[in-house]
Amino acid sequence: MTIKKNKIKEKIFAILTWGAGILSIVVLLYIIGFILYKGVPYIKPSLFSLKYTSENVSLMPALISTIIMTLMSLLIAIPFGVFSAVFLTEYAKSGNRFVKIVRVTTETLSGIPSIVYGLFGMLFFVTFLNWGFSILSGAVTLAIMILPLIMRSSEEALSAVPDVFREGSFGLGAGKLRTVFKIVLPAAAPGIFAGIILAVGRVVGETAALIYTSGTVAQIPDSPFASARTLAVHMYSLSGEGLHMGEGYATAVVLLVLVIGINALSAFVAKRIGGYGKDK
Amino acid sequence: MADCFNIKDLDLYYGDFKALKKVNMDIEENKITAFIGPSGCGKSTLLRSLNRMNDLIEGCRIEGSIKLFSEDIYGKDMDVTLLRKRVGMAFQKPNLFPMSVYDNVAYGPRTHGIKGRYELDEIVETSLRNAAIWDEVKDRLKKSALGLSGGQQQRLCIARALAVNPEVILLDEPTSALDPISTGKIEELLMTLVNKYSIIIVTHNMQQATRISDNTAFFLQGEVVEYSNTEKLFSMPENKKTEDYITGRFG
Ligand SMILES: Nc1ncnc2c1ncn2[C@@H]1O[C@H](COP(=O)(O)OP(=O)(O)OP(=O)(O)O)[C@@H](O)[C@H]1O
Ligand SMILES: [Mg+2]
Repeated sequence: MTIKKNKIKEKIFAILTWGAGILSIVVLLYIIGFILYKGVPYIKPSLFSLKYTSENVSLMPALISTIIMTLMSLLIAIPFGVFSAVFLTEYAKSGNRFVKIVRVTTETLSGIPSIVYGLFGMLFFVTFLNWGFSILSGAVTLAIMILPLIMRSSEEALSAVPDVFREGSFGLGAGKLRTVFKIVLPAAAPGIFAGIILAVGRVVGETAALIYTSGTVAQIPDSPFASARTLAVHMYSLSGEGLHMGEGYATAVVLLVLVIGINALSAFVAKRIGGYGKDK
Repeated sequence: MADCFNIKDLDLYYGDFKALKKVNMDIEENKITAFIGPSGCGKSTLLRSLNRMNDLIEGCRIEGSIKLFSEDIYGKDMDVTLLRKRVGMAFQKPNLFPMSVYDNVAYGPRTHGIKGRYELDEIVETSLRNAAIWDEVKDRLKKSALGLSGGQQQRLCIARALAVNPEVILLDEPTSALDPISTGKIEELLMTLVNKYSIIIVTHNMQQATRISDNTAFFLQGEVVEYSNTEKLFSMPENKKTEDYITGRFG
C-alpha cells in the first residue's frame, strides 16, 4: 500500500520537476524567438554606420560606448576589488573588526538596486564634482556598483587556494608579497576572472544607473566628459520614443548575442576553476 | 660530530595551550633524526619551530632558545627568509605549486635572486638528480607538476627543497600518504641525502624510524620522554612509557 503510494508521489514529483524545467526553457526560447523574429529583419548595414541620425538610428555609437564604458569601469573596479580581496584574505587577521565592517558593507552594497547607484552618481559625480552627464560619471558609478561583486568573487577565489601552497612558498623562504603575486593570485586567477565576466554582464545590461549619470547622447564620445549611451540605454531610449521599435529589437538582438557570448565565456572559465589542486 | 640544532628549555604555546614543555635536544649534523610519538604530542610543532613556520600561526609564542650551528634562530638579527633557505621543509602531503616541474624547482632559487637561465637549468637538474627523480621527469620539465604520481610529487617536493641548497631538511610524515614502493624510494633517497644534509623526520611508522634514522626522540604530550641512539631506544628503552609505546601497548 505505502509502496504504491510512494510510487505515485514519486511520479507526481517527477512530472512537476520536468514540467517546471520545460516551462522555463519554453519561456526563455519564446523570448529569444520573439526578439529574433522582431529584430532580425531590421539588422541592416546602415544600422552599423558610425553616425547616429534621427532617420538612421545607428547602434554603432552605442556599441562603441558600451565597450568604452565596460573597459573604463573595469579599469577602476578591478584593481580596487582584487586588492581589497587580497588584503582581506592574505593580510588582515581573521576576526579583525575592520574586516567584519568591510564584509557587511560589501554585502549591503551588493543588495542595493541599481537606480540608487544612479541617483548617488548623479548627485555626487554629475553635480557635486561637476563632471556632468558623462561617460566618466557613468563608468565610476558602475565601478562602485560592480565593486562588491568583484571583491566577493575574488575573495572566494583567494580563500579557495589551499593553505599548503602558501606554506610551501614560505617554507622556501619567500616573503608575503612574492607568495601572493607568484603563487596565490595565479592560482586564484580563474575564479577572479569568472567574477569579472559576471561584472561585465552587469555593466552591459545596466540602464537605470546610467540614464542619470552618463546621459543618453547617441554619438561616439570624444572625451571622458562627453555624454554617451550604451546599447542597453539605446534600446531603452528607442522603445521610449516609440518611433523606431524595429531598430530597438535589432539592438536587442545584438545585446543578446553579446550577453550570450559573455556567459559562454564565463561558463568556460568557471569550468577551469579548481583546476589547481586537481590533475592537469 | 657537531650539532646542527641545539634546543634549550623550549616551551611553545598556542594561545593558552602549552604544546611543548621544556624541550632540550641536541640534533646531530649529517644524521637522520626521527621524531615519534602518538598523535597530538607536538612532533610537528617542534619541527615547524625549527624553521619558524610557526611564525605564521596567530597566537603562537615560544620561550627558550633554538640554535642553528650556534646561531639563535629567534634572535634579533635572524633573517627568517635566510633561515628557511638554510632549513628546508617537505610536508605530509605533497604541495607542489600549480606550475611546471621546472618552475616548481626553480621557485626557491628565483626567490633568492638567481635569475640566470643556465644557472637555473643547472640547479634544477642537480636538484632533480639528487632527489632521484631526474630520469622520470626530464622529458616533461615544462609540463604541469600536478600530473605526477603521489610518490613522484613527494620526491619533487624534496627536490624543490634541495634547490635552495639547505643545510637541514625537515620532513613531516613524508611517506604517510604513499604506497610501500614509493615509501621505499624515499627512504633510500634520504639515506643518500644524509651524507650532505642533516635530516629530521617525523614519522608514525616505527619500522621506518628503525630502518633509516640514527637517533630517535619519543614525544608524549609535549615532552620529550626519551631521546637517544635509535638502536638503543628501540632495543633497550630507558623509560617505561617509551617501552609501552614501541611495543604497541599504548593507546
Ligand atoms: N595552530 C594550532 N593552534 C592551536 N593548537 C594547535 C595548533 N597546531 C597544533 N596544535 C595543538 O598542539 C598539539 C601538538 O600538535 P602537533 O601538530 O605538533 O602534533 P603531532 O605530534 O604532529 O601530531 P600528529 O601525529 O597527529 O601530526 C596538539 O594538541 C594540537 O591540537
Ligand atoms: Mg604532525
